Amino acid sequence: MAEGRRNARPRGRRFEKPKDFMGTIRKLLSYMGRYRIAVIIVMIFAVGSTIFNVIGPKILGNATTELFNGLIAKISGTGQINFGKIGSILLKLMGLYACSMVFAFIQGWVMSGVSQKMCFRMREEISRKINRMPLGYFESNTVGDVLSRITNDVDTLGQSLNQSITQLITSVCTLIGVLVMMLSISPLMTLITLIILPVSIVLVAVIVKRSQKYFFAQQKYLGKIDGQIEETFSGHNVVKAFNREETELEAFRETNDILFESGWKSQFFSGLMMPLMNFVSNLGYVAVAVAGAMLAAAGTIMIVPSCSM
Amino acid sequence: MSTIKEKARTFDVVFDTLLRHPYIVIALLCALLLPFGFAQASQIAEGHIAFEELLWLFGMVALTLFGKPSKSFKINLYLLLSSAVMILLFSLMVSENPQHAQMMFILVGVGIFQLGAVMVAEKSLKTDRLILLMMVLGVVVRYCYVLRYDYTQLQHDVGSFEGTHGHASYIMYWYENGLKLPDFDVSTRWQFYHPPLHHLLMALLMSVTAVLTGLLASRVSAGVGRRLRESIYEKVMKFTNAEMEKFSTASLITRSTNDIQQVQFVIVMLLRMVAYAPILAAFGIVKVIRTRSGMSWIIVVAVIALSALIGILLAVAMPKFKKMQTLVDRLNLVSRELLTGIMPIRAFSREAHEEKRFEKASRDLYETQLFTNRTMSIMMPVMMFIMNGVSVLIVWVGAGRVDLGTIQVGDLTAFVTYSMVIVIGFLMMSMVSILLPRAGIAADRIAEVLDTPVSLIDPDQPRDGEAREGSGRLAFQDVQFTYPGAEAPALADISFTASPGEVTAIIGSTGCGKTTLVNLIPRFFDVTQGQITLDGVDIRQLSQKYLRDQIGYVPQKGMLFTGTIESNIKYGGDQITDEDMKEAARIAQAEEFILEKKEGYGYDIAQEGANVSGGQRQRLSIARAIAKHPKIYVFDDSFSALDYKTDLVLRTELMKYTGDSTVIIVAQRISTVLHADKILCMEEGRIVGQGTHEELMKSCPTYREIAQSQLSEAELASMGGED
Repeated sequence: MAEGRRNARPRGRRFEKPKDFMGTIRKLLSYMGRYRIAVIIVMIFAVGSTIFNVIGPKILGNATTELFNGLIAKISGTGQINFGKIGSILLKLMGLYACSMVFAFIQGWVMSGVSQKMCFRMREEISRKINRMPLGYFESNTVGDVLSRITNDVDTLGQSLNQSITQLITSVCTLIGVLVMMLSISPLMTLITLIILPVSIVLVAVIVKRSQKYFFAQQKYLGKIDGQIEETFSGHNVVKAFNREETELEAFRETNDILFESGWKSQFFSGLMMPLMNFVSNLGYVAVAVAGAMLAAAGTIMIVPSCSM
Repeated sequence: MSTIKEKARTFDVVFDTLLRHPYIVIALLCALLLPFGFAQASQIAEGHIAFEELLWLFGMVALTLFGKPSKSFKINLYLLLSSAVMILLFSLMVSENPQHAQMMFILVGVGIFQLGAVMVAEKSLKTDRLILLMMVLGVVVRYCYVLRYDYTQLQHDVGSFEGTHGHASYIMYWYENGLKLPDFDVSTRWQFYHPPLHHLLMALLMSVTAVLTGLLASRVSAGVGRRLRESIYEKVMKFTNAEMEKFSTASLITRSTNDIQQVQFVIVMLLRMVAYAPILAAFGIVKVIRTRSGMSWIIVVAVIALSALIGILLAVAMPKFKKMQTLVDRLNLVSRELLTGIMPIRAFSREAHEEKRFEKASRDLYETQLFTNRTMSIMMPVMMFIMNGVSVLIVWVGAGRVDLGTIQVGDLTAFVTYSMVIVIGFLMMSMVSILLPRAGIAADRIAEVLDTPVSLIDPDQPRDGEAREGSGRLAFQDVQFTYPGAEAPALADISFTASPGEVTAIIGSTGCGKTTLVNLIPRFFDVTQGQITLDGVDIRQLSQKYLRDQIGYVPQKGMLFTGTIESNIKYGGDQITDEDMKEAARIAQAEEFILEKKEGYGYDIAQEGANVSGGQRQRLSIARAIAKHPKIYVFDDSFSALDYKTDLVLRTELMKYTGDSTVIIVAQRISTVLHADKILCMEEGRIVGQGTHEELMKSCPTYREIAQSQLSEAELASMGGED
């Protein structure tokens, strides 16, 4: 591997993979234990708000069905559009959405409190720990390294906690909710939709595998370049005194080029996910439409609800 | 493993080839999309050039002609040519078939602008803004195309299957026709419309363009990152200590790592998602108005509500966001002090005090972050509510109009779809309003470094030749030095000569200006008054390279670099042989511990030499200076990290070796300077005594004080007796 002239063991300290992922998670959970009640509140409200959001389209579908039926009745001269009924459905729907909003808001409010408090506590504990660490630790660890733990790492943790916990709860609820809704419309069509799932999973797996390779390369060289920057900047005088600016720049360029290559590739491959998923879901959509058409032809389902798939 | 690598390489080669011949891509794209153009063309029998298209055209031409995008002639030429080709194609197509012309125009536009963006991005940093503009335009064009296509399709659906809405048309179509293709009648018009197939191809097209945008976006952002990083690094390498101190090393490191990462991230976000948000919204609005359903006011209300929401939230949170950045800096500062000052803190039992200071900084940050996070947590739920509310309102109002017969159910669905497009556009815009300020701060910090002029420039005609024959006599003549921005001079009236073959020692209490003085020699700073000469030539009239080649500099703190022991000792240049290296190591008393290592000179040195002890670091940095065979040695308090015994042995060996060289030693310990040929005693930036130990003991009270505080009477007496 072309690692530059000063071929040294890259320390990669900042981006080490957690050695024991489950252990880390467990530690994190126990750390969150103090906020058990808050987390439970977050979960309840997240579930609530998601459920309301999932039910929403179905109720809206009821309204359009009502409208459609009324229109057909009107055209065939057998009746009128029942505005009273549509109105009450829509009113109910607005109430539901309002509840969903309040729930989501409460959940966001509580969660940001929990994650920020956790960050604060962690910083606090690190600072205390610093004062209790044996001095040897500071000889073998650079200031920049420890500093980045206090600021960047804690910050990243807080942000991802805030987002990922909420996201996890919401996506699981949405998944279940949508499944239930679909099943209630047509089990057969749900099955067709689910056929798409393995395709998606395989696609995701392929992309993730590829993008991960570049991602790790990117993080590795990011760490390496950070290291180069740190040591040549803090040893600026020595670099100048020994006329090494050009050589250092050359070495830097080398790492920078590798970083660029792995950087854009990892960015690109991870970005492939969205358009590909989009295409797959469109495939599913067409499959559902075709199946829906055949079912409609056989007279087993209504047209309009099938659209809400 | 290797096949993946090879594939990646192939992909790269293909991409690079394409990059060099952008027209190949455009031609390929056109070929790929031509069938769509024909299919589209059939759907509007009589077309006209839409107002929007004309706007884009003018925009692009204007950009090319008046934007003065780049100083590079080649890029300008490229832009000019590409727009000329575009106009040519455009006018050609207009005469043939207006719909087709639109397609061609749009595709060519996309290709040229996106590829142009990449090319420019990789060529010049100064055109970053242009790249963004071009990428935005490329994305605009792409989305206009998608929306137009979508709308035309929807219109067609609605037209063909009255009473149902767009998507239901599939089902109706299959219901009525079974699983067979519609009649294909070439004679009357190009009719090839097959809903599910159409849908799939459409989806494929969208995915392809999205992938392409992703590819360009990631290359552009990574390219900008690479370029910025290199420019900053190059700049900092040229900086003198004055600039280093102006920014502080820590801040420069953050600027060239975190800040660049931030900018890179935002560029990706901008190019990938956010750039077309306003376009989505704008075109959604246009389409909605065109349905003439009389319900546009709902969208207007929604947009006003959303704008108001974003506006209020930003107004509340923005001041705090700005404050947050300073609080992060503050926390950084306090933590840095905590870490760098760990020794004195422990020595004076100041832990509790420091913890309190840290807690204050941490708590301030916590409170501000909590506030901004909570404010922002209002945004999503309310936005969702507005979005949902809009669809409910549309169905309610629309129901009445459907009853009156002014609109169809299909229009209703189209309306809901487009209103969602608008709202999503606004959602994305709100993301920009959060992202941009943060990236702006980072970009400003980077620009600040890049815009700082380098204060040290080599003379046009360096007088290296005149000094070359000299033996390394260094003379300070009435030197005064004031730190940039400081009021009082740090050094004043400094005059002395350091001669070859002699040891000149500088002693004085902490902060008296010893280090500042020696920093003037390799021109880490320049004198403010007076001059320093090397063999009679002012050092400012020498090239920096020549001057520094004559100096073997050993810093106060042993500073090593990632690599091996060998690469560190040979740091002074490629001319250093293994023998030089070994001899230097022996003199610097480093040989013993080097040979103890299994790898010997090949032993890996970690970043900043973190894996060897402080004393070993110091000895290696002394060896590094010796290996260079300089005319002048500058030891900036380099012996204090060594124990007395090593210090003594090392200096004895060193003196044997340095011979004719000029040696300048800064020291705290009196024992280090005792035998120097000349001792300068400094106090508050001035030389208060100059001479040998004996002379100074008699004439200089400051020196006597230092000596008495470090040596016992007996020692002083014996020293005196010896000479």
